Amino acid sequence: MSLDKSYNVSSLVRIRKNFTVNKILYLMLIPFIAWYLVFLYKPMYGLLIAFKDYSLWKGFSGSPWVGFENFITFMKSPYFLRSLKNTFLLSFYSLLIGFPIPIILALLLNEVNTKWYKSTIQTMTYLPHFISAVVIAGIVVNFLAPSNGLINILIAKFGAEKIYFLIKPEYFRTIYITMNVWKEAGFAAIIYIAALGSIDPQLYEAAVIDGAGKLRKLISITLPGIAPTIIIMLIMRIGKLLDVGYETVILLYNPATYETADILNTYIYRAGIQGGEYGLATAAGLFNAVVAFTLVFSANKISRKVSETSLW
Amino acid sequence: MIYSKSEKISQIVIYIIVGLVGAAALYPFIYVLSSSFSSGDAVTTGRVILFPKEFTLTAYKKVFEEKSLWLAYANTFYYTIFGTIVNLSLTILGAYPLSKKRLKGRGQISFFIAFSMWFNAGMIPFYLNLRDLHLLNSRFGILIAFGITTFNVILMRTFFQSIPESLEEAAQIDGAGDWYILTRIYIPISKASMATIGLFYAVSRWNGYFWSMLLLTDEKKVPLQVILKKLIVEMSMNEEGMDVVTALSFSKETFMYATIIVSIIPVLIAYPYLQKHFTKGAMVGSVKG
Repeated sequence: MSLDKSYNVSSLVRIRKNFTVNKILYLMLIPFIAWYLVFLYKPMYGLLIAFKDYSLWKGFSGSPWVGFENFITFMKSPYFLRSLKNTFLLSFYSLLIGFPIPIILALLLNEVNTKWYKSTIQTMTYLPHFISAVVIAGIVVNFLAPSNGLINILIAKFGAEKIYFLIKPEYFRTIYITMNVWKEAGFAAIIYIAALGSIDPQLYEAAVIDGAGKLRKLISITLPGIAPTIIIMLIMRIGKLLDVGYETVILLYNPATYETADILNTYIYRAGIQGGEYGLATAAGLFNAVVAFTLVFSANKISRKVSETSLW
Repeated sequence: MIYSKSEKISQIVIYIIVGLVGAAALYPFIYVLSSSFSSGDAVTTGRVILFPKEFTLTAYKKVFEEKSLWLAYANTFYYTIFGTIVNLSLTILGAYPLSKKRLKGRGQISFFIAFSMWFNAGMIPFYLNLRDLHLLNSRFGILIAFGITTFNVILMRTFFQSIPESLEEAAQIDGAGDWYILTRIYIPISKASMATIGLFYAVSRWNGYFWSMLLLTDEKKVPLQVILKKLIVEMSMNEEGMDVVTALSFSKETFMYATIIVSIIPVLIAYPYLQKHFTKGAMVGSVKG
């Protein structure tokens, strides 16, 4: 009993001593944690307006509670299924096309033994990653412009009819994905290039002695060597399935292409920021956040099982 | 190494494919650059393919007359420089204590910040929160509201953790406190890492448009990307947009292409540093995300 008590006292003393010795350490954290509370956690409390008939004039406390009404309105509206479908499809096709390309690029670059040539190509393919989405989209939109855009000039030169790509819903996904591949594939290859570089060269030497050809080496050494990286990247990518770059979509879409281009976040932007239907837009956002969280959470669980690596 | 004939051929094919990929990534910029120096007529009739045709600086003259663009340019420098200072300060203030085992509650605080990466309140509550804080249409709002990127905190914490503890212990024996250790030892020693994370922040400050567009209603405060969205994206979307001044030497297209070039010059100048530091950062990030 007395032993127990003295133990408690000493641990209390220890904690107090820790605080006095490391006072500065804790003081440093104050602005840091305050920032998280004010800018990221306070909005989480603000999510409650999803259950309110929120109006700017009445404010948070003045707006009446409406239960799940906003969710019901959102899910009954024609936008719900459309934006959900578009989000998943855009994301899925981006994954299907956008995921393998950096891997293939890295594998090809890995075969290039001329150092200057390799680094020149890398410099060329990384560049679009650093250019803003607005400029990249600006270039794409200009190239696809109906009368004087480069693509239509070329189409006309071959004697075909010019196409107004940007108002045709059937072209939207292709345009969006192509643009993202151009912007990001080069830079995304870095991780695979690093993984390829860490494969033990002795494995290749041994394989050559055994008479292995290029394909044999690729299948038996290279691919198994980078498989863990590929798997982790894939799991993380699937976790972010709902995380479509809406800022880019907003640059490329217009009412004529909403049919395929309108995703959850662009709908939230229009309903909330532009339309002032804050409660409804927040409900849609909460739905989005919960599904996204579930995906990331499961992806991380799987990632932990598959390997030692995880997001946290 | 000795290559067989088929290996040599496949090697050549790979060199060609890789070269084409590089060319394809770069070509749009080349075309934009050449077109910006060409006459409007040469561009709209499709005579510009690789090099400028009917060389002229008319488009650039028009761009220089665009006052809103230059004001926005200055604003972007402001947001990028001061924004990055705010970012680095807050990030260091968090990353340094979190890299110390002697910090009680380290695990809980790490979870507290990491949680914000997986669950996010989203656009509307974030916006309304800034509204409540009277940070709409405020330069300070832009600087502070995007003060921390959690991923960069984790990255910097990892950098700090890689600094040998013996260094800190030696300073502690000499009576140095945490503030001294951080500012006189840790920050100078990790200059390269500071540069990497600083550039991560600076590039996202420079390139971001969405929240500036939402939050800043005053034309005088908007950064370059918001003006660019108006000048090169929206104007091109609306075909009837700017047909006013189309002369032979100048067209809507050459104006937009010149605007694009003018806007990306700082990024191109910084590109060698960016590439170096981003490559390094991407590697570290992939090892320890």
